[in-house]
Amino acid sequence: MPVPSLEDFMSRAYTMELEATERYAQFAEQLDTHNNREVAQLFRKLSEIEALHAKRILEEMGWPSVPALPPAFAWSGAEAPETAPFDSLHYLMQPYHALEIALRCELEAVKYFDDIAAGAAPQRVRAAAKEMADEEREHVALIKQWMKKVPRPAAGWDEDPDPPRIAG
Amino acid sequence: MNAPFAAAALQPKDFKSGYKPVWCPGCGDYSVLTGVTKALAMLELRPENVAVVSGIGCSSRIPAYTNCYGFHGVHGRALPAATGLKVARPELTVLVASGDGDGYSIGGNHFLHACRRNVDLTYIVMDNHVYGMTKGQPSPTTEPDWRSKLAPGGTGLREFHPLVIALASGANFIARGFSGDPNGLAALIAEAVRHPGFYFLEVLSPCVTFRPEQRGWKEAVHPAPVAPTDDPGRAARRLMTDDGFNIGVLYKGSRAPFTGMAAAPTDSPEDLECLFRL
Ligand SMILES: Cc1ncc(C[n+]2csc(CCOP(=O)(O)OP(=O)(O)O)c2C)c(N)n1
Ligand code: SF4
Repeated sequence: MPVPSLEDFMSRAYTMELEATERYAQFAEQLDTHNNREVAQLFRKLSEIEALHAKRILEEMGWPSVPALPPAFAWSGAEAPETAPFDSLHYLMQPYHALEIALRCELEAVKYFDDIAAGAAPQRVRAAAKEMADEEREHVALIKQWMKKVPRPAAGWDEDPDPPRIAG
Repeated sequence: MNAPFAAAALQPKDFKSGYKPVWCPGCGDYSVLTGVTKALAMLELRPENVAVVSGIGCSSRIPAYTNCYGFHGVHGRALPAATGLKVARPELTVLVASGDGDGYSIGGNHFLHACRRNVDLTYIVMDNHVYGMTKGQPSPTTEPDWRSKLAPGGTGLREFHPLVIALASGANFIARGFSGDPNGLAALIAEAVRHPGFYFLEVLSPCVTFRPEQRGWKEAVHPAPVAPTDDPGRAARRLMTDDGFNIGVLYKGSRAPFTGMAAAPTDSPEDLECLFRL
């Protein structure tokens, strides 16, 4: 989909950050309900980080702090590239899994911005896209570092001695 | 620089209540809730002008998670309650929510007559081909060979085909959505509210706990390959051969909605009481 102007580009970037903010907040809520506090907290942190990015875009563009509903863009997938799929969760998941989800999302964001930077958009848009892609690459590196600090889930992490499901 | 956004009345979050959903992490119903709140914001409605009516089931918990007026009714009886409400209070936007158990088993009869009456309602059925809330019994849309401890060997029964039945019963608008696409769902719900008459929206909404294989639906769904038709005959042929994963508006009729009795009743409640006096 063509990106005709810097405003258009930045509003897409803003929408992307906003959707990621909301999805991580929803994930935090879901895991809170299921008493998986550690992962809930991690998703809350991820949501706050994305919210900061969204806020920065507004500041950079001098847009009002509470914008109206973002315009509906036709993303190439069902949702914005940086939005984790709604069904990514498991009630017994561990922080490492949450970071794996975040890593996939950041990599999608890098690809999205790289594609615009290498495409046929106006020069100002391509420059802004390159800047965003570089920023997302920094996030990729940060998440990889973070992953080194949390334990890797052992085999059978999803085994529940009292499962909700009666296997067939 | 001017913001490229038009001023909107409310944000999707303004339609959420403070209650945290108790659905399983990853359940498709979370996305339907997102679709509903985004649609209401898109339509620039206000919570006090919207009612969400449901029956019983995981999916039917949705009214509690919005801050619109809500009615969490009796199992299978969401549609009659919503019909009465809309006829009595036509200025309200009435959304009705069910699951495939609530809407097609115990509520199956009401479904037929709601389609036939064509009252201006948006009926959202979160179809996960199972009774989620009661721990995984087969529903009318469960595949005949789906086996579980509760249905050893599968039911062996042919599935109910809700879209065909809706068309045959007179629904004015028929669409299918997927919970993996909350933005697409929001657009379908907004269209439903704008379109007069009974709008039936079947949403494929995976139950990740009792039907974990439904996570694979995101690879199976695809946009409907043809534009919606207003010809019921053509729609019937399409829906009969539908693979169950076509997403979008599939039938768009133009039948005038039922808005209540043509003439107001002339008898007062006291006169009616006299008629029943022994
Ligand atoms: C009259 C009555 N019969 C049976 C039940 C038990 N019951 C509760 S929810 C449910 C099925 C719900 O299935 P569905 O509508 O598919 O919703 P889901 O939980 O899958 O979202 C049943 C049978 C009930 N609550 N009331
Ligand atoms: S049991 Fe199934 S339908 Fe119910 S909340 Fe869990 S995943 Fe959703």
